[in-house]
Amino acid sequence: MSNEIVFLMFIFMLAIFLGVELISKVPATLHTPLMSGSNAISGIALIGALLVAGTGNNSILSTIIGVTAVTLATVNVVGGYLVTQRMLTMFKKKGK
Amino acid sequence: MSTIIQVAYLIAAFFFAFGLKMMSSPSTARRGNLFSALGMLLTIVVTLLHQEIVQYQWILVGMVLGLLLGTIAAVRVPLTSMPELVAVFNGLGGLASLLVGWEAYNQQQHQLSWFLATTISLTILIGGLTFSGSMLAWAKLKGVKFKALELSQPLRFSGQQILNTLFLIGILILGISFSFEPQRNQLLLLGLIGGALLLGLTVVMPIGGADMPIVISLLNSYSGLAACTVGFVMLNNILIVAGALVGASGLILTNIMCKAMNRSLANVLFSGFGAVIDTAIGEKADQGEVRPVNTADAYLILEAASSVLIVPGYGMAVAQAQHSVRELGELLEANGAEVKYAIHPVAGRMPGHMNVLLAEANVSYDVLVEPEDVNPIMETVDVCMVIGANDVVNPDAKENEGSPIYGMPIIEVDRAKTVFVLKRSMASGFAGIQNPLFFKSNTRMLFGDAKESVSSVVAEFK
Repeated sequence: MSNEIVFLMFIFMLAIFLGVELISKVPATLHTPLMSGSNAISGIALIGALLVAGTGNNSILSTIIGVTAVTLATVNVVGGYLVTQRMLTMFKKKGK
Repeated sequence: MSTIIQVAYLIAAFFFAFGLKMMSSPSTARRGNLFSALGMLLTIVVTLLHQEIVQYQWILVGMVLGLLLGTIAAVRVPLTSMPELVAVFNGLGGLASLLVGWEAYNQQQHQLSWFLATTISLTILIGGLTFSGSMLAWAKLKGVKFKALELSQPLRFSGQQILNTLFLIGILILGISFSFEPQRNQLLLLGLIGGALLLGLTVVMPIGGADMPIVISLLNSYSGLAACTVGFVMLNNILIVAGALVGASGLILTNIMCKAMNRSLANVLFSGFGAVIDTAIGEKADQGEVRPVNTADAYLILEAASSVLIVPGYGMAVAQAQHSVRELGELLEANGAEVKYAIHPVAGRMPGHMNVLLAEANVSYDVLVEPEDVNPIMETVDVCMVIGANDVVNPDAKENEGSPIYGMPIIEVDRAKTVFVLKRSMASGFAGIQNPLFFKSNTRMLFGDAKESVSSVVAEFK
């Protein structure tokens, strides 16, 4: 295994711990927006989709797979963030 | 160029983490979400500047299409359908990861290292099961039926666990042989894709409606892990960071949901409530008398109450009663009563489901409380209104050791001075267990549609 892979494992491990610490502090009332918000973040697979779709060979299958991946991941990202924002704007305190 | 990209990824990782940190309070959560979105935008823009990307036209087509579909879905879908929407988005993310893994294989199949082959098979496995599992979860939430087959019911058969285990072993062997097989033919990969998709279905199939919050959380976690494995395929750090954050988030939610039901994850996945229902029913056939109440009498009791606790459940979502409930809450407050809403972590079909519905109806978030906040002061509550909740207020969880839900933390409404239970009929809850609360001497049943019942009480106030 190359050093780069070990380095990425390092990042992975620390990010998991960071995630656990951050999310533990989210109150129950925000669990649905948290879920749809983190769901939008998982649309980061879009980056992978962009890289494979943009660098691919020109076979039809490759193009179809690449474009589909880009489309689906974009729906995930855009839809996820928008709907989270829509929900969060409804969380109000009285008198404000 | 690559340094600029890396620096941008670093900033984006900060935005993601900081955005999640701001989710810790409803007052900062909106900005947190914007931060996170900003991080995502930055990541996308700099990635597009990557010199290896040469085919922009197809990317543009995909992105514009995704932008349109995503926006329409996010704006159009009613908030009551939030669990379904989250399930669909989850599934799409999983499928996108699977496709990226597949395409990465297509492009590099001649110089595939064992590490790359392993990460690709993991991506396909997790992405595929996230996709098919989420789609089945969506169908269950939506209440899709195939003729006599109701998907929302847990589907079980004898030998299911053994079959699933064998199936999982088969897929693992397929994945391992794909990773180490010198030829690494496409057929093995297609088999892996098919296997992963089937696995998602068989995992979610035996899970019933009441366990949906756990499944949705778990699938959320998987969609993050799928993004993570894509990161290892492409050796891309931002994918790993973002994916890991989501994976951790889903795991924590899953854990919280399991704790709220006093069950282990294995218990939810392999032997849900369905297995124990039969033994629970019939044990105590005659539990006493039910005391119905009409809305006029309910009004009189509510009118005299100085503290009211509202306990919503999935039934409130089904009846769309949240606006009427908020109206009643406001009238009670105007009448001098203290009104709080007690929300059980697993009420509804996804974590925080009730909170979102009440927020939509304009209920202030500081009157939404958790079970451990209200249970100690339950004796001081004059009236508890249970609206469409059942299992989460079942006293059997504390009193009856033989009950399948024994040990589950509940909202102990039975200790309030008076309890109103708004219910359609005497049918049992999703767990299929009888609820002794309905027969207690301080309980009054208000039969009928939750929305109509609440509205007619509201009408009495006016």
